[in-house]
Amino acid sequence: MTAVRTAPASPPVAVARPQRRRSPARRREALAGYLFISPWIVGFLVFTAGAMTYSLVISFSHYNLATNTARPAGLSNYAELLDDPRVRTALGNTLFYAVLAVPLEVVVALGLALLLSSLGRGSGLFRTIYYLPKMTPAVATAAVFFVLLNGSTGAVNRFLGAFGIDGPQWLVDPAWVKPSIVLMQLWAVSGTMVIFLAALKNVPRELYEVAELDGAGPLRRFFSITLPMISSAMFFNVIVLTIAAFQVFDSAYLLFWRDQSNASPEASLFYAVYLFQQAFREFNFGFAAAMAWLLFVIILGVTFVQMRFGNRLVYYEGDR
Amino acid sequence: MAVVGAAGARPLPPAVVTGSAAGTVAGTPVGRHPRGPRRRVARVVLWTVLVLVGLAFLYPFAWLLAASLKGRGQVFDNSLWPSTWHWSNYATVWDELPLVHWMVNSIAIALLAAFAVALSSSLVAFGFAYFRFPGRGLLFGLVLATMMLPGAVTMIPTYLIWKNLGVLGTWIPLFGANLFGSAFYIFLQRQFFLGLPRELFEAARIDGASYWSMFWRIVMPLSVPSFVIVLLFEFQASWNNLQAALIYLNAGSVEQFTAPLGIAYAMTRYSPTAGGHGDYQYVMVASLVVTLPMLVLFAFGQRYFVEGVATTGRKG
Repeated sequence: MTAVRTAPASPPVAVARPQRRRSPARRREALAGYLFISPWIVGFLVFTAGAMTYSLVISFSHYNLATNTARPAGLSNYAELLDDPRVRTALGNTLFYAVLAVPLEVVVALGLALLLSSLGRGSGLFRTIYYLPKMTPAVATAAVFFVLLNGSTGAVNRFLGAFGIDGPQWLVDPAWVKPSIVLMQLWAVSGTMVIFLAALKNVPRELYEVAELDGAGPLRRFFSITLPMISSAMFFNVIVLTIAAFQVFDSAYLLFWRDQSNASPEASLFYAVYLFQQAFREFNFGFAAAMAWLLFVIILGVTFVQMRFGNRLVYYEGDR
Repeated sequence: MAVVGAAGARPLPPAVVTGSAAGTVAGTPVGRHPRGPRRRVARVVLWTVLVLVGLAFLYPFAWLLAASLKGRGQVFDNSLWPSTWHWSNYATVWDELPLVHWMVNSIAIALLAAFAVALSSSLVAFGFAYFRFPGRGLLFGLVLATMMLPGAVTMIPTYLIWKNLGVLGTWIPLFGANLFGSAFYIFLQRQFFLGLPRELFEAARIDGASYWSMFWRIVMPLSVPSFVIVLLFEFQASWNNLQAALIYLNAGSVEQFTAPLGIAYAMTRYSPTAGGHGDYQYVMVASLVVTLPMLVLFAFGQRYFVEGVATTGRKG
């Protein structure tokens, strides 16, 4: 070992251990390692740690964009936050949306994944078709659904009408604003579906064979084998989808806040939209930064709760 | 970008990497008993449902294509076959909207963003995968933790950084941060690098190769598949990025817009509220043109997209 060279006087047996850590080869390796990760370190210091600190400072100040100065404002931004009824509206809308969207996305994605996986051979073509919406830019999806969801002439209501259902005024009626966006999300749910597909593929087939021999029906097999075996993928999807739901922006912005023609300004005010408006339309940087921190704390809290409960429900094969 | 790390969660079972993308093994044993009338009925029901769902997924594409060829007002008739074919819509859009500018801007930015993040993330990932150094575990945990951070928290300071550097109005804010790697891709690449046999590197060391040449001569050539996954993911993410374009390009001239910002602009410009049914067919032309590159990308890289989602969805 190279370590020996550094301490020629002492007997080799004694040297090897304590000197090992400081050997030049080790130091060179560590240095090289730091150099390789240095882009990330710089980026982290500037765009994450630095930006977070600065964002926190701004949230406690009134920022003047013209002079680039942050005048200390104490807690006033946060006080304003709690007073602003629109923050409450936005938060309520976003929570409502998340509660509606996440379970539906999970159920639909899992349903599609089960369909595809029970087909076995030949599922490739369907998987391709199901994945296409995921490739469509959100702007194009919004532009198309803007017309498809039209209350009187849209294809969705025409379709419902064929079954005698009088479809709602999707993008106008405040009660249907969130379901409209959920519907668009569901059209592009295939990313989640693919994760479920991969998880389903890893369920050992012997389990099903044994269960079938024991007389377990399809439902029993699903709840006793499939669901526990894919619970970690389920857990992952729920957490990721929840975090995404809290930040929903593109579709809400495009369908409602692009111009002044918003038919449902109360129901369509999502947190990320209001935050964006405060930051880059009103240039209320202090207020917007405070909003961002509130969002961060909420997301952290929700994720923490999900993990506490999730870890109890999730079955990890590696754990025994 | 998706949050993968979910810091604190226990690792999933060791990754059985997705392998061949094609054949999906049956999750339920329906497929293994083709005989028997009940099985056959189940099979027919299954195929019917699959086809119906497929049609529901495809309908908006067919609708979009048809609508882009319709005349004013016909867009709302929902027919998939235009009663009169207006090929001139495409020429009109070509004249009225700087669609070519938008496409060129978006392609250039997406390429810059994709290569910047793929290269920097690979470097960083190699650092984490191969080298032993004090604080490695802690730093990698930090990498994963940054995935939990909502973009909104750093949005304003990031804007101020670019403003103070005097690069507002350029493309730099739209890809600059990508030069420093991105947690999601660092994680992805590190997983891949950890799977490379370590003997390869030891052999190269004995031959006197530097770490730098190991990276370029061994790591990069062997990790082309995961590199492509990163490129494709980031290209798509950049292509879709509306919010950054709204922040950094909205104040500029229309020619400087990216594709998503351009569509948002077109939606307003041809808005039905601007009079009657508006000229929504032009918005559809633009939407179709903006979607096409993604479909082409998918046609060539389907395997990478699907495997990428599947592998990163499991922590491996």
